[in-house]
Amino acid sequence: MEKLISILFIYILVDNFVLQRFFGICPFLGVSRKMETAMGMGMAVVFVITISTLVTWLIHYQILVPLELEFLQLVTFILVIAGMVQLVETFLRKASPTLYQGLGIYLPLITTNCAVLAVALLAVRQGFTLLESVIFGIAASLGFWMALVIMSGIRERLELARVPAPLRGTAITLITAGILSLAFMGFRGMLTL
Amino acid sequence: MEILYAVATLGGVGAILGIFLGAAAHFFAVASDPRVEAIREALPGANCGACGYAGCNKFAEAVVEGDAPVNGCIPGGSMTAEAIAAIMGQEAVAVNPMVAAVFCRGDRHRSRDFFLYDGISDCAYAQQYHGGSKACPYGCLGLGNCVRACPFEAISMGPDGLPLVDEERCIGCGLCRDACPRSIIRLIPKGDRGHLVWCSSQDRGKRVSEACDVGCTGCKACIRACPREAIIMEDNLAVIDLEKCDDCGLCVEKCRFNAIHPRRERSKEEAASPEAATA
Repeated sequence: MEKLISILFIYILVDNFVLQRFFGICPFLGVSRKMETAMGMGMAVVFVITISTLVTWLIHYQILVPLELEFLQLVTFILVIAGMVQLVETFLRKASPTLYQGLGIYLPLITTNCAVLAVALLAVRQGFTLLESVIFGIAASLGFWMALVIMSGIRERLELARVPAPLRGTAITLITAGILSLAFMGFRGMLTL
Repeated sequence: MEILYAVATLGGVGAILGIFLGAAAHFFAVASDPRVEAIREALPGANCGACGYAGCNKFAEAVVEGDAPVNGCIPGGSMTAEAIAAIMGQEAVAVNPMVAAVFCRGDRHRSRDFFLYDGISDCAYAQQYHGGSKACPYGCLGLGNCVRACPFEAISMGPDGLPLVDEERCIGCGLCRDACPRSIIRLIPKGDRGHLVWCSSQDRGKRVSEACDVGCTGCKACIRACPREAIIMEDNLAVIDLEKCDDCGLCVEKCRFNAIHPRRERSKEEAASPEAATA
């Protein structure tokens, strides 16, 4: 139980996937312009990561290991992730066309979001149990969601600020991301597994 | 043997996912009329909202359901209206093209300020802070909410601090009109005929002339001068009916406050050197 709680806190705050490990930077910068799309993207990623971590763990230990097919790890994991993304896309198109359009190309791009594959691979590589893997997936994706929401909050404010001309656009976004990452450095070493 | 296991594993995972996704696609299927798709193709796709619906998609759905008229797309103009009418099997009715116009000429040199505003660069914010920094409560604040609202880049901020509308690009969607907290922007019929009173002030006499050099004080001199009775008084503001105006220019001579100008008067060059224009 203690380990589960520490996994949760480590991967949300201490070892945040976006701000500490540089996974999933593309949607982090791409869809953080508006709070609404950031929330939607966050939820979609939480769903994809949690389900795909669960399924890939089962596939790895129930099928690949007994059949000695570990070399198929990458291919099967990507297949599962792509399937989950497709499911989210089908669901969103029905449930919220506005959000579907707001996310645009970034929604199918979750397939190649390195944060998703990283969680699936690291869960197996670190030898987590099934429950630990799922908690790890939830924590990592919540961390991603939180980073995205904080970033979009800052960027919405920046829209109204007088940014010096040479720094406008991508430059100020990257500077913001850097300072945000710096702030999260403060959590470094507070918890370890 | 191992290769068979590998093929079976990947094939199996793929097949299960495929069946699962197929079921999901069936379950979450979005029923769509082919006409909706066809109308959306015919629309400009700018999602400007001028039709009153949230984007081109919603408008296309509304047209098919019969809630929106086939000529409801203002930016698309008559071309789009005809295309949509053809899809719906109806007769097209022409749309009058409109353009946005900023009814304030009180730039930095010709109008006065109450105080120096150095807050957030947003007209709506500035308006809430003691009703704006300008001495004229109807004048353009010049912080560019209209510029940001325009999806067609048809409005830019002129060097004199007043927005410039590019009539070539403006399609009359009215988003800038809705974005302006002081309602200075109005939609007028496209073209360059007629004179207009370029002011929005509803104040009277002294209050206007104290705040601005080019404001309409509501003195009614232009109404008396107009031979075609094209000018009426609305809320202490002279309003010229473009239908009746024949460009005679008598009102311009009579206006002591320089508030009346022909339609195509303020070009980019003029905005760049306001002193030259005043002189």
